[in-house]
Amino acid sequence: VQLAYTEQDEEFRTTLRAWLERELTSIPPQPARDAWTERRKWDTDWQRRLFDAGYAGLHWPAEFGGRGASPTEQLIFYEETARARAPYVGVNFVGTLHAGPTLIEEGTDEQKAAHLPKILRGEEVWCQGFSEPGAGSDLASLRTRAERDGDDYVLNGQKIWCSFGQIADVGECLVRTDPDAPKHRGISWLILPMDLPGIEIRPLKTVLGSSEFSEVFFTDVRVPVANRVGAENDGWRVTNVTLKYERGTAFVSELVDAIRLCADLAPLVHDAAQRRELGRCAAEFDALWALTKRNVSQSARGAVGPGAMVMKLAYSEARQRFGELCIRVLDRDALHVEDNELIEERLRVLALTIAAGASQIQRNIIGERVLGLPKEAR
Amino acid sequence: MDLDLSADQVSLRDGIAALLEGRFGPDRIRGGFDRVAFDELAEAGVFSLRADGFSWADCTVVFEQLGRFCVPGPLAASLLLGEGRVAGVVEPDRDGRAWVEHLDVLESLYVRRGDEIRRVDPASLDADPSTWPLDPLTPIARVPALPEGEAVGVDAVAVWRSGAMLTAAMQVGLTDRCTELAVAYAKEREQFDRPIAGFQAIKHILADMLVRTEVARAAVYAAGAHLDAPALAGIDRAVSVAKAVAGEAAVANGKAATQVFGGMGYTWEVDVHLYLKRAWLLETHFGTGDEHCDAVADAVAAGT
Repeated sequence: VQLAYTEQDEEFRTTLRAWLERELTSIPPQPARDAWTERRKWDTDWQRRLFDAGYAGLHWPAEFGGRGASPTEQLIFYEETARARAPYVGVNFVGTLHAGPTLIEEGTDEQKAAHLPKILRGEEVWCQGFSEPGAGSDLASLRTRAERDGDDYVLNGQKIWCSFGQIADVGECLVRTDPDAPKHRGISWLILPMDLPGIEIRPLKTVLGSSEFSEVFFTDVRVPVANRVGAENDGWRVTNVTLKYERGTAFVSELVDAIRLCADLAPLVHDAAQRRELGRCAAEFDALWALTKRNVSQSARGAVGPGAMVMKLAYSEARQRFGELCIRVLDRDALHVEDNELIEERLRVLALTIAAGASQIQRNIIGERVLGLPKEAR
Repeated sequence: MDLDLSADQVSLRDGIAALLEGRFGPDRIRGGFDRVAFDELAEAGVFSLRADGFSWADCTVVFEQLGRFCVPGPLAASLLLGEGRVAGVVEPDRDGRAWVEHLDVLESLYVRRGDEIRRVDPASLDADPSTWPLDPLTPIARVPALPEGEAVGVDAVAVWRSGAMLTAAMQVGLTDRCTELAVAYAKEREQFDRPIAGFQAIKHILADMLVRTEVARAAVYAAGAHLDAPALAGIDRAVSVAKAVAGEAAVANGKAATQVFGGMGYTWEVDVHLYLKRAWLLETHFGTGDEHCDAVADAVAAGT
């Protein structure tokens, strides 16, 4: 147990910090929240800059164009980019953080060659087509049907909560290929080009008043069988590969940002009880930062502790508490959201305890996988 | 950067746990703290860890286990100030009074006033023992007036910082043990013809207990590592974070374990109340959770 970074890690940090300083002076202002064409360009331009500097696909293996960075280097990357207020992964989220890694683990050579380089260069934006109106926490009950017809699957059904669906090129799409099998055994994982005939995309307005997600409707959409990742009806296993990445790495930048927001809130707090609550929230975030480092240390040893599962649940709950404190501290100044980052964030984080495994589902998972408690009916 | 235990620290943890398991089992623990217990722990090296060259991070590993086994006694003070003797430390209240723990076993008592720590002779004190101490394993006595004492030239702030960190480590041990006890009981206890661990209402309590344990342990490891690297910024904040988070976790898990044990958790016979009461006791040592939250808020406001 010790805090000092190796010389090599410190060098990685210094080089990255200098690069960020240079690069961030030439970034145009962030487009408006709902200007999706501009947002796509802004986010993918940043991805291209990362690629040119060798920081794209940080955690991807070098043979697939990534940097093959160590877990500690990844931690430093998230820490430095969040501190420098560099652009977030944005619309590249699905591609770089979970679709790409899923293709690396499960895709064919052709699939990898067709998509991985484009994801890294910011030339291909992915969205997620997992949830359905009737399949949320019980994801495996999904009903979007894919019927085999020669070399194609014919898709009919509906997806919801497709992040950045309206501007995505490709979707990771779960479909039911065997309606008669038990629900976990009849699913397949498809690479879905979003411009195929029969796909209708309707932006979905969230509590923020903007459309980070879409609903997607399929009417006789023909998808080549060659777009399937993994074996037919083995999609649930592939899905768990995707979810592992989705739930594992997404919170590091968020956490650094939360610690910064505590500092932003501090000068606005004049009430002793609220000040103590701020200390409590900051203590929790600092503790979660220590847990992040502990998770990184364990993964550098090749060990897997319960830390990643704990992180998703604890961070999302702590962030909600902090959001509530922001509302209380700002009092009637909380009523105006525009240019009010603390309140905009309070709205945004309502999603954290729901998305990528609701807190209640996460507690079931921790109970069953870590503590060995009896399993829920599935 | 490594916030995981080294191979040596894993051996240290397992070694002290084996010793406590054999010699400080539940029956012995219920006997409380005495000179014999002190000598056994001293012989195992618990109070000479620093003098023997162990790091603060190593100390957190040992003290977590002392907490996990609910070992009573003025453990942190004896390590920090005892120099081989049974030592306690108190901070008198506004009126100069103090509750002193384990007074009849103490060989020296240290009194903190502001930035100064002075030593008084425990035998000289006029004290009134409590007939009903909250923690049954920690006798306390009311001392109406503490003498000035003699100067000893120790850095009060440094002692308090280390004391908070060692206490936080014990709080993690309590937190962890409560999770362990509650999980085992919930798997075994049946109602409505099945183990209560299968009910989500119970399962979620247990999952939250595990979460609190893991988060608090990480905070304590980070605080220990900070004490080992005093040149790094943020040492006081790291210690306050650990004490605030571990203190809250210990009390919350003590209460959660009581709830999971149901009626049995309300009995004297089942150990759970000893853990909860110890958690309440440790919450008052080296700064309360509230005080440490305030300190964290100060650090956040100052940007340190």
